[in-house]
Amino acid sequence: MKYRLLNFTRQLTLMLLVIWTVVSLVTLLIEIVPGDPATVILGETATQEQIDNFRIKHGLDRPAFFFSYSGERGFVWNGADNRYADYWGGLLHGDLGNSFRTDQPVRDMIFERYPATIKLAIAAMLVAIGIALPLGVLSGSRKNSLVDNAASFFALLGISLPTFVVGPFLVYLFAVKLGWFSPTGSLYPEDIVLPAVTLGAALSAILTRMIRSSVIEELGEDYVRTARAKGVSERMVLYKHVLKNGLIPVVTILGLQLGVLLAGAIITEKIFNWQGLGLLLLEDGIGKRDYRLVQGCVLVISITFIIANSLTDFVYRKLDPRIRLS
Amino acid sequence: MSRFAYIGFAIAGLFILAAIFAPFIATHDVTAQNLAMRYFPPSAEHWFGTDGLGRDVFSRVVFGARISLEVGITVVVVSSIFGTIIGAVAGFYGGFVDKFLSGYVFNVFLAFPGLLLAIALVAFLGAGQGKLIAALCVIGWVGYARVMRGQVLKVREYDYVLAARALGASNMRILFTHILPNAVQPLIVQASLGMAGAVLSEASLSFLGLGIPPPSPSWGTMIEEARQYFSTSPHVLLFPGIAIALTVLAFNFIGDGLREYLDPKQRSR
Repeated sequence: MKYRLLNFTRQLTLMLLVIWTVVSLVTLLIEIVPGDPATVILGETATQEQIDNFRIKHGLDRPAFFFSYSGERGFVWNGADNRYADYWGGLLHGDLGNSFRTDQPVRDMIFERYPATIKLAIAAMLVAIGIALPLGVLSGSRKNSLVDNAASFFALLGISLPTFVVGPFLVYLFAVKLGWFSPTGSLYPEDIVLPAVTLGAALSAILTRMIRSSVIEELGEDYVRTARAKGVSERMVLYKHVLKNGLIPVVTILGLQLGVLLAGAIITEKIFNWQGLGLLLLEDGIGKRDYRLVQGCVLVISITFIIANSLTDFVYRKLDPRIRLS
Repeated sequence: MSRFAYIGFAIAGLFILAAIFAPFIATHDVTAQNLAMRYFPPSAEHWFGTDGLGRDVFSRVVFGARISLEVGITVVVVSSIFGTIIGAVAGFYGGFVDKFLSGYVFNVFLAFPGLLLAIALVAFLGAGQGKLIAALCVIGWVGYARVMRGQVLKVREYDYVLAARALGASNMRILFTHILPNAVQPLIVQASLGMAGAVLSEASLSFLGLGIPPPSPSWGTMIEEARQYFSTSPHVLLFPGIAIALTVLAFNFIGDGLREYLDPKQRSR
């Protein structure tokens, strides 16, 4: 019990340390913008007064960090009145600042669009599991057969085919030629099908490989031999014994891939004009150089990823006693 | 080695040759526009047809190989050197250095999902080939560092390292002449898979408008430009799409084949 508590505290500290660093890095990203962000946003035609007003309004006139360094003045201590401390102060109150373009709170803009992305990521994950589970089991239980080779080839093809090639192809086939779905948009419930398949294709390929190798490994274990010796049918061996143990590492991959899906959704959302966080980041954030919005989006996606990873780790330990006890 | 690996080597070799000899293979000037010939289907004159500005798609795909491989190779070389050094230092010195590097620094870089950090960096730095390469290196090095650290942790316990130490060899000598050469195999596998990842990432960022800006014939940019007219002129998207898929597939085949070849445990599966 004491060891478990210690381990949990260690994991939690590491997670908080990583979140702190990620927030710090994202906060300071604006410092790498070449030139003055105010000029970049307002354009070359802006007057000095407009630029000054913008800088004051968004705090860009104040120091970036606790200390600064310049060739002429060396290290200068700026005190707590700096943008980094401000951002943290806001963040602890759930405030991600205001958009440079629309003045709307970034938090509201993100929370308006985030549910669509999460919905898409979950749908993609379900598609991936739906394809990978039967294919991986079939392929693993019939090692080196024609089915196995075909599934392995499909898996490598899925990993290699970029989303932005699969997406337009699916649109062409199912929207333009067959007319089953609308090519873009997120108005109707069925609009999620094509984006989910596009986003889930690569994951299904990774999962198929993972399940295959997991099934092969478990089939070689002693308990499988025992079960067979007891006269348990091959079907029962596979579905009751092998899958139960073999799916543990797959859970890890699923957890880790949730973050990848959230980030990968940016491309899928662009293809299908899916009104999620990725499109917000791309069009309103990067496209309009709204750096505050970009910071907010990157931060929210990263923190979701970190939390998903930590939860996966927790579930993995719960599922596999060997890891829990090691 | 598996049959797939040989196929991978053949396809990758073909693309590398196309990239090297692009000016001799290309049939037209890649930037020459001819608005009277917009979206022409494949023909004897234009093997892969023409795009929305009447440019020859075949020539652009051939020159696109040059951009993709240039970015891919640079990213792999830079991030593998950097990652190898950091990973070796973490694994070799252990203790606090290892705890700090592998327990903290690696986790920070792994905390950004997939392309997101590269997208964020390019969003703030601005688009361009150099910046794109820098962004991909920032996300790429940690994979090599983890592999290298794991290998060094394993190899440093071997008897010959102990023997070298007993003979009075310095840390640097042990690291560079004894440990590194014996830990290099998995790095080669990681590099070929990393090459596939870098080519895909370059195309993805260019597709998002954050990579190589037009009129450079990056495969990702070509696909983005062709996307709107896919239903009427699919060839404009199809050929760069096939080129990306084949290149990535080839390097994945090579990586997988090498992994199996170098790891006898995998070979038996």
